[in-house]
Amino acid sequence: MAYLWWLQSQRGQDVTPTHHEDESPLPAGTQARSGWSPRQGSVGTVRTQFLRLGETDGSLHLESGQTLENVTIAYETYGTLNAERSNAILVAHAFSGDAHAAGLHEGGLKTGWWDSMIGPGKAFDTDRYFVICSNILGGCAGTTGPSSIQARTGRPYGRSFPVITVPDMVEVQRRLIDHLKIERLLSVAGGSMGGMQVLQWVAAYPESVQSAIPIATTLRHSPQQIALDEVGRQAIMADPAWNRGNYYEAGQPERGLALARMIGHITYMSDQSMEEKFSRDLKTDRYSFSFRPDFEVEGYLRYRGDNFVKRFDANSYLYITKAMDYFDLSGDKLIPPGRAIDTRFLVMAFKSDWLYPAYQSQEIIRFLRGRHVDATYCEIDSTYGHDAFLLESEEETHLITHFLDKTFREASWGAPL
Amino acid sequence: MTERLDHRVIAQIVPAGARVLDLGSGDGELMDLLRRQKGAKVQGVELNEQSIYQCVARGLSVVHSDLDSGLNGYPDHSFDYVILNQSLQQVRNIELVLRESLRVSSRVIVGFPNFAVWNARAILALTGRTPVTSALPYGWYDTPNLRFLTIKDFRRFCVNKDFRILGSHYLSTRRKIYVWPNLFASVAVLVLGTRKDPS
Repeated sequence: MAYLWWLQSQRGQDVTPTHHEDESPLPAGTQARSGWSPRQGSVGTVRTQFLRLGETDGSLHLESGQTLENVTIAYETYGTLNAERSNAILVAHAFSGDAHAAGLHEGGLKTGWWDSMIGPGKAFDTDRYFVICSNILGGCAGTTGPSSIQARTGRPYGRSFPVITVPDMVEVQRRLIDHLKIERLLSVAGGSMGGMQVLQWVAAYPESVQSAIPIATTLRHSPQQIALDEVGRQAIMADPAWNRGNYYEAGQPERGLALARMIGHITYMSDQSMEEKFSRDLKTDRYSFSFRPDFEVEGYLRYRGDNFVKRFDANSYLYITKAMDYFDLSGDKLIPPGRAIDTRFLVMAFKSDWLYPAYQSQEIIRFLRGRHVDATYCEIDSTYGHDAFLLESEEETHLITHFLDKTFREASWGAPL
Repeated sequence: MTERLDHRVIAQIVPAGARVLDLGSGDGELMDLLRRQKGAKVQGVELNEQSIYQCVARGLSVVHSDLDSGLNGYPDHSFDYVILNQSLQQVRNIELVLRESLRVSSRVIVGFPNFAVWNARAILALTGRTPVTSALPYGWYDTPNLRFLTIKDFRRFCVNKDFRILGSHYLSTRRKIYVWPNLFASVAVLVLGTRKDPS
């Protein structure tokens, strides 16, 4: 779908606008439309809010043993929290996402990264539920990360930022949920690394999570996934401009970061979706017999890479990918032995996803079965590869709508139907 | 709403409040019936993606999987009943699936079409063609069934493999059959246990 945007900007064609966490704003003069299903609405104009920890909650003790002071959390909310505070859903974003999950910012043209799923009448129905999305710890979109100014020095953290983990990200989200005075979340949902946060929520606070929706994710990275992350990190660190993470005055390692993102985008697609999107199409009608980008797919990857460096911090890339690689809830770590939980699960995977293959979701299901946890699993037939979790809105909407409806009715009546 | 006769029979077998796993749960009609009539705690396993959507729309929990690996991960005695209704004939390794079913539960309900019912015999004998009947509605070229078995076949299989038949119900389209089931029943619904089972 990112490709469709790209086509639009390249060729001026009128294609269906869609949403991708990696979207650049529409070219000036292009009409912004929100949502691609006509029956569903938009949450409208939203704004990012900021919560500063430290004033009330103290400092953050990290899994590594280090401590982080003055943490700021960027977050957005959609819908209304009900009087019983029982309709709150936390949506966790993927690797390069942000707190802007739905709607438009004042004067902005860029809809949130999951706008197709969050809004009135949509899967996460804001007429019914109160939806929260926050930027992850270590990110670069408002929540404290390596590019944030360290109070003690008045300069960006850079490499002095402590190594953070997915449990640390969830701890920060927990502080936000506490701040909003929500004791129990109706659901925690997210895809890819967002799915890891979902699983971590269950591992850390099962009593606070009534239902969990991990999508296209895993209990732990395989060597292949770690290897792909490491190639991305090496691309950044091999760029002289990285300067051991100390580049905030001179400008960031754009070439390394762009290269890392190009690799990433290949892993988000599938062989079939790339064939359908690009085939061997040329940008002009003949080979240039040079190393200019002749093929559409080359131009696309360069475009995605170049856009990414405008909005994403190279050090955040390093820290967040490392957090994903460290993540491991295999064995009994998701639910400790002897502990029973009543969290309901809806697990989804996509057939053509080779970055987070379906077998990893099946492992989650197998574990949940062994622990008598109520779980539904669907392997959606999609050709989009890993990107499918942002694109297969129709199937996801059907499953999530009914799953949440049952969860919410059980919660409201206090007993299973 | 009128339920299918085989569903009604199964709903009579399953006790109230039972934990039930429906292998090959289809669109969830039987699970829905067991939940409504018997207050059963039901879960499904189903291979067809569209059927998963229908089950979820009914508020049922179902896992998208083939049946041969459909029992992976369940601890012993997780259920009171495993149901294989009209799905056994689509299983590759029947003995393994039945043994696994009897590992995770104490009772297995098996429902299958009887290939030796009189009208199927008549079609085969008189026309020389593969029978297509209400219980066996597919042509030879588009059937999802991997097996074509008779009631006698299955009973002999149970004896040979040490599966104990604890109850049997034979059905035609509209009524129960009590005499010569292998000739008159189009569908059999059997309840299996293990030899060691004291009851």
